[in-house]
Amino acid sequence: MATAHAPNASEYVSHHLGHLTNVKQASLVDWSVIHLDTMFYSIALGLLAVFVMARAAKRATSGVPGRFQAAVEIMVEMVADQAKGIVHSPESRKFVAPVALTVFIWIFLMNAMDLLPVDMLPTLGALVGINYMRVVPTADLNAALGMSLAVLVMCLYYNIKIKGFGGWMHELFTAPFGNHFLLYPINFAMQMIEFVAKTVSHGMRLFGNMYAGELIFMLIALMGAAWAGTWGGGLLWVGHIFAGTVWAIFHILIITLQAFIFMMLTLVYIGQAHESH
Amino acid sequence: MNLNATLFAQFVVFFILAWFTMKFVWPPIMKALDERASKIADGLAAADRAKTDLALAERRATDELRKARESANELRGGAERQGAQILDEARAEANRIIAAARTAAEGEAEVAAQRAKEALRDQVALLAVAGAEQILRKEINPAAHAELLNQLKAEL
Repeated sequence: MATAHAPNASEYVSHHLGHLTNVKQASLVDWSVIHLDTMFYSIALGLLAVFVMARAAKRATSGVPGRFQAAVEIMVEMVADQAKGIVHSPESRKFVAPVALTVFIWIFLMNAMDLLPVDMLPTLGALVGINYMRVVPTADLNAALGMSLAVLVMCLYYNIKIKGFGGWMHELFTAPFGNHFLLYPINFAMQMIEFVAKTVSHGMRLFGNMYAGELIFMLIALMGAAWAGTWGGGLLWVGHIFAGTVWAIFHILIITLQAFIFMMLTLVYIGQAHESH
Repeated sequence: MNLNATLFAQFVVFFILAWFTMKFVWPPIMKALDERASKIADGLAAADRAKTDLALAERRATDELRKARESANELRGGAERQGAQILDEARAEANRIIAAARTAAEGEAEVAAQRAKEALRDQVALLAVAGAEQILRKEINPAAHAELLNQLKAEL
């Protein structure tokens, strides 16, 4: 910490939870604000993901694959199989399957930023005058909701494309309870709730997991920071090593799982858009 | 936990990355995978074909072998038969020759015996005459007693 006085725990945490923004956000919702750190890391990791995959794709051979190609192929095949099982339109899969692959690898990389020491990049940033930095883009609600919103838009697109605008409208008013004029408002309300719930839970699930994980890493880091030569502080330092190790190992599972879940839900939601009730 | 323009920026980035993947990542990899799959399928089919070919060739080889063995057996049988026939013929020929030789020898022996018998008979007659001459101490005229002598010869 490059501050003059040592911060207390709540100052440390709230500082770490502060984003690098263009202007200070005053209200809960302010569309003029943008999180520069989230954008930087998500774009950088996204580009890393697609360029690494593009490299594998460019050198892809139908002969004996190297290890790198085989690794990329394993992921592509995994996603392709999942997409085939969930989205039954081969035409849609041409776009949906690459989307799922992108989402999986991109989110995995963004989640993996959690495994870097919580203070490393922010401290380096502070050296060059960047005083706020959050390095896990998926622990930013905006990023997670932005992606789930993109999935929602794809759902709406495929709903209209597959069923036609009229067919979709018909479904909005007649499903899930049935085709009766008294049921129209209830059906419509249910459908709207369903779309909102899907999208919000989709984004929130990822955000919540990563945010909580990040917070716990901060609390673990606080234990280590409490070491000041005292006996109790020494124990906390050992606690930091122990808890940090355990949580990081556990987090390997979480980041992979959350990326996988986000990908699967993307496929499931788009698959639902293809099915008529 | 504030909502702001980051959300829309992320939304746009999402589609740009997805588009990039769809355009430059997915198709070449899928193409390579499909090509490899078809290559493997072709290889397996070729292996299957080779296996059937092998089985066929083996069956043909067995057939040929069996046929060769049969014809060899036939040949050997024929040769044995022919050999036996030749042997039989030779044996018969030999028997015939032996029999002819025996007949000839027997005939010759008979003739010789006859001749010897006749010579003996002549000599016996002469001896008998000489004996009788001695006994009778008297000259017997061979001419006068020729009939008697001939009769005696025939009796012997």
